[in-house]
Amino acid sequence: MSSLTNNSATRMVENLGRKAVATVEEIGYIFSMLVESFYWMLFGKKNQQPVRLRSVFAEAMAIGIHAIPIITIVCLAIGVMMAIQGIETLKTFGAESKVIVGIAISVTREFAPLIVSILIAGRSGSAITARLGTMLESQEIDALRVIGINPVRYLVAPLLLAMMISIPALTILGDFMGLLGGALYSASELNITIAVYMERSAAVLSWDDIRQGLIKSVVFAAIIVLVAVSNGFQVKGGAEGVGRATTRSVVLSLTFIVLADMIFTFFLNR
Amino acid sequence: MNKTPDSDYAIEVTDLCAHYGTRQILFDVNLNVHQGEIMVIMGGSGSGKSTLLRHLLALNIPTSGQIKLLGKDITKISDKEMFKLRKDMGVAFQGGALFGSMTVGENVILPLREHTALDENTMRIMCRMKMEVVDLADFEDLMPSELSGGMIKRAALARAIIMDPKLLFFDEPSAGLDPVAAVELDELILRLRQAMNMTIVVVTHELESAFKIADRITVLDKGRTLITDTVENVRNADNPRIQSLLHRLPRDDAIDADEYLARLTSM
Repeated sequence: MSSLTNNSATRMVENLGRKAVATVEEIGYIFSMLVESFYWMLFGKKNQQPVRLRSVFAEAMAIGIHAIPIITIVCLAIGVMMAIQGIETLKTFGAESKVIVGIAISVTREFAPLIVSILIAGRSGSAITARLGTMLESQEIDALRVIGINPVRYLVAPLLLAMMISIPALTILGDFMGLLGGALYSASELNITIAVYMERSAAVLSWDDIRQGLIKSVVFAAIIVLVAVSNGFQVKGGAEGVGRATTRSVVLSLTFIVLADMIFTFFLNR
Repeated sequence: MNKTPDSDYAIEVTDLCAHYGTRQILFDVNLNVHQGEIMVIMGGSGSGKSTLLRHLLALNIPTSGQIKLLGKDITKISDKEMFKLRKDMGVAFQGGALFGSMTVGENVILPLREHTALDENTMRIMCRMKMEVVDLADFEDLMPSELSGGMIKRAALARAIIMDPKLLFFDEPSAGLDPVAAVELDELILRLRQAMNMTIVVVTHELESAFKIADRITVLDKGRTLITDTVENVRNADNPRIQSLLHRLPRDDAIDADEYLARLTSM
């Protein structure tokens, strides 16, 4: 778009305005995608365009099941690191045993959902953007539309559903692995068995702690899919465009996840 | 045949204008295609022929004008009616646009799976029949990436005709193919019309192919229709733009010296 003016100050204001409009437009696009996905989930069958369970499971397999190893390793390592730092800090107060409380609460409320979502954003969010971008460039999205298959119903809704099932499930796994990591290190430091450590963690944790983490994970799941999809559908300019959109998708979804996390933590702990 | 009461046109385009952003691509395009006719849309690069096709497929929304497919104005009908109309339309895209994550057979079956409640065996048999029509028997279990360019186009054609559509659109059938494969594809299009009595719209810039398959040809240039007529009349047209397209002559538009200078020096 050519600039309307040559004055550098007014041009800056103009650019700012254009950026603001583009941002509002993008947020609107993301929300319309969310609404449309839920529309197809609820009313697809009535319109002879059902969201197929088979594709939901296929996506859940790729997003969830295949991510189990990496989630296990990373959450275990996080648990160990928290135990090391926790014991080191608490030593000054002679309260090493309190590390159990710290790890239990921070893993279930914060780290498990956050780490899982970050890993999935990097692993699946980028893949979704690249896949949709490539489909757009090779006219596969057009092909869907002319066949009479709504792309949001066929591609986006199953992804959203699969992600909203997979990420909470993986978060529960992450919870457990984080605690186990903490136990592995603390057991020897505190002279207790792993079983006792886990028992004490369970005693400390309330249902609310787990629930906080799970609520967040559902929101993060929606963020990952919607950001990935909206970037994928807006790819322009061939292979380079796909690459650019993929990078943008991961950076944006990580940013949104952390910001959403902050907002949620603030409100859920009031 | 599902003839509309008021006309025997399968496609009626009236005063179609289209823009990309602020740039106008199509200027008052008019085009009528009879039932069972093969219409070839011709034009050089940037003539607007791909844009016209995208509008005929209801992939783009026109700025103004009317597009009637099988008697229904696609610029006005509801999503539901459009969904129904799509079942009567088949499209073969230039690059095939086969879904890379599915086998060729699954690609061809997809419209049946989405639009019908047929059982798996019936769908498979129908798929094989269409694969036979396009000479791709025994290739259904391959992935699209394992096919050659000509085979991809034929597989895309099989997917386009699986629902026995009344309208078939074909984008650049011979682009990127060797001469033999291109001729075979032309033959295939002619056979299809004969066997299934479809209305076929082909977008191409290949002269030979156009002259061979067309009942009528419409020539687009810079977003305007130059002529819509039978092959013979298009061949004999004395419009210089058409002649330059037919005889592969370079465009020799007169250059306005002042305008040229202004273009070079403008900021």
